[in-house]
Formats: sequence, structure tokens, C-alpha cells
Amino acid sequence: MSAHEQYAEDLALYALDALQGEDRARLDQHLAGCAACRLELEQLRGDTALLALSATGPRPPQRARQKLLDAVAREPRLPVAVPTAKRRGWWGWLGWAATAAVVIFALSLWRENSALKQTLASASSQAEESARELQELRKIAAPILQPEAQRVTLVAAKDPPQPQGKAFYMRNHGSLVFLANNMPALPPQKAYELWLIPMSGAPMPAGMFKPDAHGNASVVNPPLPAGTEAKAFAITVENEAGAATPTMPIVMVGAGE
Amino acid sequence: MAELYDRYSSVVYAVALRVLGDTGAAEDVLQEVFLQLWRNPSAFDAARGSLGSWLAVITRNRAIDSLRKRRPETDIEDVVLSIAPDLAGDAERARVAEKVRGVMGSMASAQRSALEMAYWEGMSHSEIANKTGEPLGTVKTRIRSGLIALRKAFQT
Repeated sequence: MSAHEQYAEDLALYALDALQGEDRARLDQHLAGCAACRLELEQLRGDTALLALSATGPRPPQRARQKLLDAVAREPRLPVAVPTAKRRGWWGWLGWAATAAVVIFALSLWRENSALKQTLASASSQAEESARELQELRKIAAPILQPEAQRVTLVAAKDPPQPQGKAFYMRNHGSLVFLANNMPALPPQKAYELWLIPMSGAPMPAGMFKPDAHGNASVVNPPLPAGTEAKAFAITVENEAGAATPTMPIVMVGAGE
Repeated sequence: MAELYDRYSSVVYAVALRVLGDTGAAEDVLQEVFLQLWRNPSAFDAARGSLGSWLAVITRNRAIDSLRKRRPETDIEDVVLSIAPDLAGDAERARVAEKVRGVMGSMASAQRSALEMAYWEGMSHSEIANKTGEPLGTVKTRIRSGLIALRKAFQT
């Protein structure tokens, strides 16, 4: 037993969620600085899991499954970027949809906060703050990323609507959000493929997409190696399965500013 | 999500029903637990325990909160377990449940009931002491040593 003996019994109550008030606050304070007691708490929680697992009974009614899946379908859930050690943002483009990139960035920060929480005494309040910020950012991002949001592209009054794509890319995270509109419909079994053109070397596949009936499409966080500097982004038409090298012609292209 | 539900819903539901004793309330907790996991999957850290056990603990805590009509005390992200059985399979689950019941059965009845009151009814140590007429310290010791006895049974 490596945990402090004077806290041993309170730790058991804490693991049961049964420690309240001053006793809980005192133990919280101690846990923040004592790895041995945190470890003991984890073990005691594991012990309570055994108790929980001893419960047996009927399966939940069939309707509960459908109810949950319906609720899940109504819930927006944003993708979570994998945090990396460095987080200096690189803003290639500015614009209204940059908030989408901000969300990914904030998610990374928030997850890092979560990891630090176990070792920093003051971090639990920081995490709450971050969670609140995340909520706010989610609200901001919803009109950008949710398919049901109405999208309007404003162009010069005399011009017919042109296909348009915007890529928001953070090199250090390998995070990419791409939004397109007015994209022409595709032949059957074909899809658009987005390419990241690095400063040197071959174009890298950066996600497949098919526009909806209104010509809108998005690609969020395709698998990309972190740290690749982008010279440009380009779009080609490929077979649905995707291609490892772009098939000419390039239908759209844009370079960073 | 459907796959996770199919694998773990029976554990979650059984725990919620055991605490609440009411199928409607248990269904609500089931819904809440899975929705929380969906909204915030990073709350569960796979390096620090098994999903089945984690869900069982989260469910028990939420069910107790619901039973006692109190606000959740512990954020789900703060619930970290040491490695414990995963219980995805019915056979594994039945084996663990059987073993836990065996250990509980071998405890002195005062200890078993203190642990059960604390765990399944969410009673505080002072409430248990009031009910049983035992000193607070005795109740605390019983709860802790009961949990340690369970741990030891699964270490061998």
C-alpha cells in the first residue's frame, strides 16, 4: 500500500462517489499533488467496477436501442483532431469559415488540457473553462459544418455562380477543413479528390468528396502527415475508390497566400 | 455506436436497473450514458482501463445521482480506473459476476451490507452508521476493506 494511510478510507468513499463537502475538497487538494493516492483511487475505482459488473438482469428493451440511435442521429458530433506537441497555428487563409479551423484547434487544446488535468492542481477549473469555450465554438461552427445549414455564396451580380472551394489547413497539426460549393454534378462511379501539393514531391491525396444536390461538399480532417507545408491544393475527378496520383485534368486549383 | 451499444448495453442496463429498480428510470440512464459517450468519446481513456468497466462505473454513478436526485458529483472524464475486466462477452461477464458474488458471500454480513448500502443505494458512511448504529470509523473501514477483498480475489 503506497497511498497515504490517513487518506485510505476516504479514498474508498471517494471511489464510491460518496465523499462530500469539506472531506472531498480536502482529498481533491491532496490528490492533485499525490500520484500514489491517485493510483490507489484508480485501483479502488477498478474494484468498484467489479461490484458493478456483478449486476445481472434482463437485456434492455428493443425500443431503447432505436431510441438511442435516433438520438445519436440528431446529435452533431465534430471530429476531434489528434493533438501534437507543438501548436503554432499557420493561417493560410482568412475568412468566415476560419472558425471551423479554430474549432479543431480548440479541440486539440482542450484535449491537451484534459491530459494535464490529472497532474495540475488548478487544471480542473481550466478544463471547465475550455469546455465552455468549446461549447461556444461548436455553436459558431454548426452553420459551417452541418449539412442542414443553408449555404449562400454571394458573387458579383452579373456573374453566373462558379464552382468554389476553400481549404483551411494547419500544417503543424495536419488538420484540414475543406468546403466547396457550386460543384458540378459528377458522372456515376466518379468522385472529386482533393490533393495537397507539397512544396516538393508528389501531390498527396487529401480526401474524396461528392457534392450534394446543391453542389455543396466538405472534407474534414483527411489523414495527412503533420508538418507538410502546402504549396497549393487541387481537385481532380477520380474513380470513387480514389487514386494515389491525380488524373488529369486538374479541375480546380488554389495556392496559399 | 450501434456496435458499442450491442456489446455493452446489457451491462449498463443491468447496473442501472439494480440501482434504480425501475425499468423506465434505468432506460433513461442507459440513454444518458451512451449519449455522453457519443458526445465526448475522448472522456474514456483506453490506456487506463476497459470500456466495459468504465461504463459500468459511470452508469452506477449516474444511477445513484438519479436515485438521490442530486447533481452529478464527478465529471465522467475524471473517472479513471485501473485495468479491470472488459466484459464484452456474456460468458466472461457471467464468470466475473459469479466470482464477485462468491467473494461478497464470503464476507461477514455486516461488511457485505455496508458495502452494498454504499454501492447500490448510494448511502453515505454517516447514513450507514445511523442505520446500523455502528461508529463512523467502523463503517469506513468496512467499506474499504470490502473493496480490497474484491481486488485480492481477482489478483490471484
